Amino acid sequence: MAVAAAESRTVHSLQQSWLVRLFDYKPFLIFLCLLPAAGFLLVFLSYPLGLGIWLAFTDTRIGRVGHFIGFENFESLWYDRVFITSVWNTLLYTGVATAGKFALGLWLALLLNNHLPFKSLLRAIILVPWIVPTVLSAIAFWWIYDPQFSIISYVLVDVLGWRDTYIDFLGQAWPARWSLIAANIWRGIPFVAISLLAGLQTISPSLYEAAMLDGANAWQRFRHVTLPMLMPILAVVLTFSVLFTFTDFQLVYAITRGGPVNATHLMATLAFQRGIPGGQLGEGAAIAVAMIPFLVLATLFSYFGLARRKWQQGEDND
Amino acid sequence: MASVQIADVRKAYGSTQVIHGVDIDIDDGEFVILVGPSGCGKSTLLRMIAGLENISGGEIRIGPKVVNDVPPKERDIAMVFQNYALYPHMTVADNMAFSMKLRKAPKSEIDERVGKAAQILGLTNLLERYPRQLSGGQRQRVAMGRAIVRDPQVFLFDEPLSNLDAKLRVQMRTEIKELHQRLKTTTVYVTHDQIEAMTMADKIVVMHDGIVEQMGAPLDLYDNPANLFVAAFIGSPSMNLLKGTITAAGFEAENPKGGAPLVWPIGQRPAGSEGKAAVYGIRPEHVRLDPNGIQAEVAVIEPTGSETQVVVRCGGQELTCVFRERITAQPGESIGIAPDTGVTHLFDAATGKRL
Repeated sequence: MAVAAAESRTVHSLQQSWLVRLFDYKPFLIFLCLLPAAGFLLVFLSYPLGLGIWLAFTDTRIGRVGHFIGFENFESLWYDRVFITSVWNTLLYTGVATAGKFALGLWLALLLNNHLPFKSLLRAIILVPWIVPTVLSAIAFWWIYDPQFSIISYVLVDVLGWRDTYIDFLGQAWPARWSLIAANIWRGIPFVAISLLAGLQTISPSLYEAAMLDGANAWQRFRHVTLPMLMPILAVVLTFSVLFTFTDFQLVYAITRGGPVNATHLMATLAFQRGIPGGQLGEGAAIAVAMIPFLVLATLFSYFGLARRKWQQGEDND
Repeated sequence: MASVQIADVRKAYGSTQVIHGVDIDIDDGEFVILVGPSGCGKSTLLRMIAGLENISGGEIRIGPKVVNDVPPKERDIAMVFQNYALYPHMTVADNMAFSMKLRKAPKSEIDERVGKAAQILGLTNLLERYPRQLSGGQRQRVAMGRAIVRDPQVFLFDEPLSNLDAKLRVQMRTEIKELHQRLKTTTVYVTHDQIEAMTMADKIVVMHDGIVEQMGAPLDLYDNPANLFVAAFIGSPSMNLLKGTITAAGFEAENPKGGAPLVWPIGQRPAGSEGKAAVYGIRPEHVRLDPNGIQAEVAVIEPTGSETQVVVRCGGQELTCVFRERITAQPGESIGIAPDTGVTHLFDAATGKRL
């Protein structure tokens, strides 16, 4: 009797068990648990990206359905003077601004790492350029670079008397480019400085003392202790900084709108200019898509070139 | 190698004085240990010898040269840090060679010196490893290797064993002592562990609150502590100290519970000390079992195998005793104990000085 009951129970549970078994099957469970997150990613990240790439291969304009035209957009960009200038501008802008941000940011981080009076206040002040909305600081720079009311010109001409004429910051191609780079450096320093400061604070002071006893002078301590210990965080910050600078839009668009005569267009601003105000959605998307190879390259470079060193790896003895 | 002279050295941070005039003479080749509780100024003093802290007053000489204003790298000293301070991004070999590379020594000389140091410390197979891949004891050895390669006038050790587990600590203690016997380099070693001090030092300097309480050979400090602080600090478990009065019969210990005072035998009575308020000191290992002695109630028994540590209550006080014998008595039972009269200590109750 008891045996029979047990048997019937077994049969019952066996009949039910395909669902139970499915949920016990690990790959299925993993798939199921990932589904909501993956769905979000798909809808909100991949779909816009996919649509952007698709648009780049069509002749879509605002208010008109586009047709697939293959690489036509890219071919016409290849012979487009303004586009080529924007590529060079972007490279120059990214290269010089990143170098400037890192040189000044590292210097600032080293200064702030010392024992200074009002240290936390100083650190807070450093962050100001970063927390101010970009458009606001762009307007401030627009004002600073104004041909008539620029404070820089005023100081140089009227106060110091070093110059006779006011500087035309934004009216000519090269001064405009350097002005934008300066504004970008100003805006980017805090991020670099604070990140590197965090890195500096993880370096044990006894390493410096050991190096001092080993006979290292200040430069050697920086070269052989600070720099290698800072490398991992430097790599991460560098990657982010390059990505942010390369895709920068706000500062340039707010200060020069790509002018004078398209001389300061970055790829991002040109893509917007062609796509939205210009209405050529397909062409704008093509310009934006053209940024992708550069970004992938920069990411790979920092991933492989500056990624984890052997000395950082785990405690294994092999 | 060189001698080190510390003459009336003081250290103040702003208005807070942390070292109040310390005088220590360290002979060439001597192994001196600075020992004391946390905050006694021993590490600060070591860092002043190294040049990592300014000297607020007095003079430090290494060899014939006053080094007060000499930067650390020109003092020709090597230091082993508590956390080892190995450069994590350099291999063991590079860590040890770093100082010589900075000096631009020829590669053959570097390889030779590093190889020799690695051999002494048994690090030959680990030269290409990074510090992360080493165990605590190995890192400790690399830190010492870095010091040995320098071949300095003076070795400085700042609590080098405190990050190691107990067993490794004992082993490294022996290794450091052996190393010193082999290299005969003047060594100043800081620790808070009095056993390390007792076992390794040629000379111990006991520091407390920024002054030197006593200085001397380990057994000298053990046998003749100059004051109550040293008496309590040196030796483990620490010395039993009883307050009371010296009388004709011996030492009459106070009974805080209000019962009859116990009278303890005294070995040598200092002349004219009768009736004086004093502190009576007897080390746990100098109490023996004696059925005819003082009857004491057993409170706690802690057998370690080789010996038995017993806490007893008698005359309203608690005493720690260490017996070589195994004890069959249970807590609550009574045993007879007697101090070895030859090795009792008496201290002035007011000044804490030895009588």
